[in-house]
Amino acid sequence: MTTTSRETSTVTPDRRPLVIDVDHVSKEFTIHVAKSIREQVVSLWRHRNRKRRFRALEDVTLRIHAGETVGLMGHNGSGKSTLLKVIGGIIESSTGAVRYRGTIAALLELGAGFHPDLTGRENIYLNASVLGLSRDDTDRVFDDIVAFSGLTQQFIDTQVKFYSSGMYVRLAFSVAVHSDPEILLVDEVLAVGDERFQVKCLAKIREFQSQGKTIVFVSHSAEQVADVCSRAVVLEAGRVIFDGDVGAGVRALRDSYERSREREAEAAADANPDRVTGASASPVRMLSVEVLDAVTGMRTGIVERGQDIIVRIRARLTERTEWVTGFTFDNSGGHFVYLLNTIGLKMELPQEPGDYQVDFRVNGVNFGARRLVVSAGATSPLGTPFDNLPFGAEFDVAADPNGAGVVQFAVSGEITSTTNAAD
Amino acid sequence: MSSTSQDPDTDDLNGLVLVGRPRGLLRGTAAAAREVWRRRQLLWLLIVREVKSRYNGSYLGVLWSLGRPIVQLLVYYIFIGHVLQAAKSIPDFAIFIFTNLTIWGLFTETVSSGTTSIRSNAGLVKKVYLPREIFPITSLGAAFFNFIVQFVILIIATAVLGVLPLHAGLLYLVPAVLIMAIYGLAIGMALGAINAYLRDTEHLVDIALMLMFWASPILYSLAFMHSALAGTALEAIYLANPATIAIIAMQKAIWISGSADPAQYWPVDLDLRIIVAIVIGLVLLWVSQRIFARLQGNFAQEL
Repeated sequence: MTTTSRETSTVTPDRRPLVIDVDHVSKEFTIHVAKSIREQVVSLWRHRNRKRRFRALEDVTLRIHAGETVGLMGHNGSGKSTLLKVIGGIIESSTGAVRYRGTIAALLELGAGFHPDLTGRENIYLNASVLGLSRDDTDRVFDDIVAFSGLTQQFIDTQVKFYSSGMYVRLAFSVAVHSDPEILLVDEVLAVGDERFQVKCLAKIREFQSQGKTIVFVSHSAEQVADVCSRAVVLEAGRVIFDGDVGAGVRALRDSYERSREREAEAAADANPDRVTGASASPVRMLSVEVLDAVTGMRTGIVERGQDIIVRIRARLTERTEWVTGFTFDNSGGHFVYLLNTIGLKMELPQEPGDYQVDFRVNGVNFGARRLVVSAGATSPLGTPFDNLPFGAEFDVAADPNGAGVVQFAVSGEITSTTNAAD
Repeated sequence: MSSTSQDPDTDDLNGLVLVGRPRGLLRGTAAAAREVWRRRQLLWLLIVREVKSRYNGSYLGVLWSLGRPIVQLLVYYIFIGHVLQAAKSIPDFAIFIFTNLTIWGLFTETVSSGTTSIRSNAGLVKKVYLPREIFPITSLGAAFFNFIVQFVILIIATAVLGVLPLHAGLLYLVPAVLIMAIYGLAIGMALGAINAYLRDTEHLVDIALMLMFWASPILYSLAFMHSALAGTALEAIYLANPATIAIIAMQKAIWISGSADPAQYWPVDLDLRIIVAIVIGLVLLWVSQRIFARLQGNFAQEL
């Protein structure tokens, strides 16, 4: 089901009604250096322009249709939260316009407006009202809210400040999901709470999806986006650098991370030219990673179930150091699938400078994913990264002829008649 | 790089609503008023929250809202009234002072808590879209609640002292409250928005309110001021102060022994002054809302 909606949003023009229209939106912030009047007067004297301008969003145009679940991705400071706030009306855009259809609820924080001195009951009414529910609406769903939160009657009439943080979040989330908007803006809300709670959140999000609601979802977690969203929008430095299929979006996000890491390294090098930084500064440099057929020693084609493969990493030590190397497999949705490193194999790597080739033999491959992406890296024994080769290689796995899933096996079936067994 | 190549022409743009408000001077204010009206249930809950949270967990609860004015009353009554002998020329000095403190409290509380309202509600301002005018209005609502509590005590006091203000002049209560509410909200709203950017505002407000306290006939009667400034431009300025006008109107309504006392001075054109003050106040409220509207776009970023 997810796949079909992906295709409609990427290939054919969308026939579903437009619900959010972000039209050439830019947002500029002024970063205040001075805050108090005294400091401002002083700064007026010295240099007139101690204010720095910062473009959080640059000419963002986005059209979101009914029923889409859009994941806004990007690393810190890319503008994804700002964009969500502009859509929600919490921040005004500098130029451009945002239009929407239907009711919109921004779930930027659970329990917005919760007051610690009020009881759970009072806070339910207050928070629901903040989210746009009338008193009558709240009366109607009050029991559902309490039931969903799992709080006992006794706690509902206790001041919220005596709640555990888990109870607080559960109650807040319960109110939020019962506010029943047509468009839901969610910002990292799902990052809180324990695992069971997150599962519950995701289930609720899926329910919203099945009701045809539109969700715009900000997340750091590529996995969460890949899990839930039908479309990914990746922002970098306030611009949309990718808009489309989730799998490709996750890769675009990884590239974006990589670029910003390189920029930071360059900036650090500029700031401090004496110190060699980035990959060349670290004592280990990753040269390559390849996936080979274990029998032929050649690059492998499509890997059959049960085949043995070798992941070959080449690295260069420029100075004497203790190091660890290894690789990960991710599927095309960006989900982590498998990790192996020299610690896991209890391998002692040589510490003398020089070029090394490390082969990992993986026997009897039985992945269910069609395509796996290989990333390799080297770290210190304590985990400080030396160098990385993200998406250094990839390989395809033969489709499972029988079952389906993340792994595949040699399987068989057997039929026995049990009709007359009781006789 | 975008792979989403939706043809813009296929999208139906009809019926989409613009996020935010119209920017027109009058339309913007009208839209804000409509939004606040639509969220009146929330406004009510916020006022309740404000009042409840202030006294929750204390044994005397709402009675504490009386603590400060009653102590103030006692101090002023003893020191100003009897030590400095102001009470000699002011009949029912206790009623006089409590009347003034009650109406002044409405103003000063609206202004000072309105000024901090955006900052103290940062959690909501940053995370949810609401018509933000709702926060200074909540300050007014909570101040009004305290006003009512004090007013009830005031009326009981007049009854005990046998000077219950049952007379036509009681109607002056309405413009007195109205003027204080309008000016309090206008000032509180504008300063609340400015305080989001400049924290110094709230400290300035405290000082300004203290000055205004002494520039209004609260601890002394207008007759004192009149005999000191009679006919000068300073008196014209003094009487132009809307807080002074509201306090005088309040005295007219509640302090009947003053109305009956020929030694007291009342401005002759009080009714006209009241009308002018209300009209100017409404214009000021509108200007204040425009300032607020201009500044609110970046609240979420500034806090």
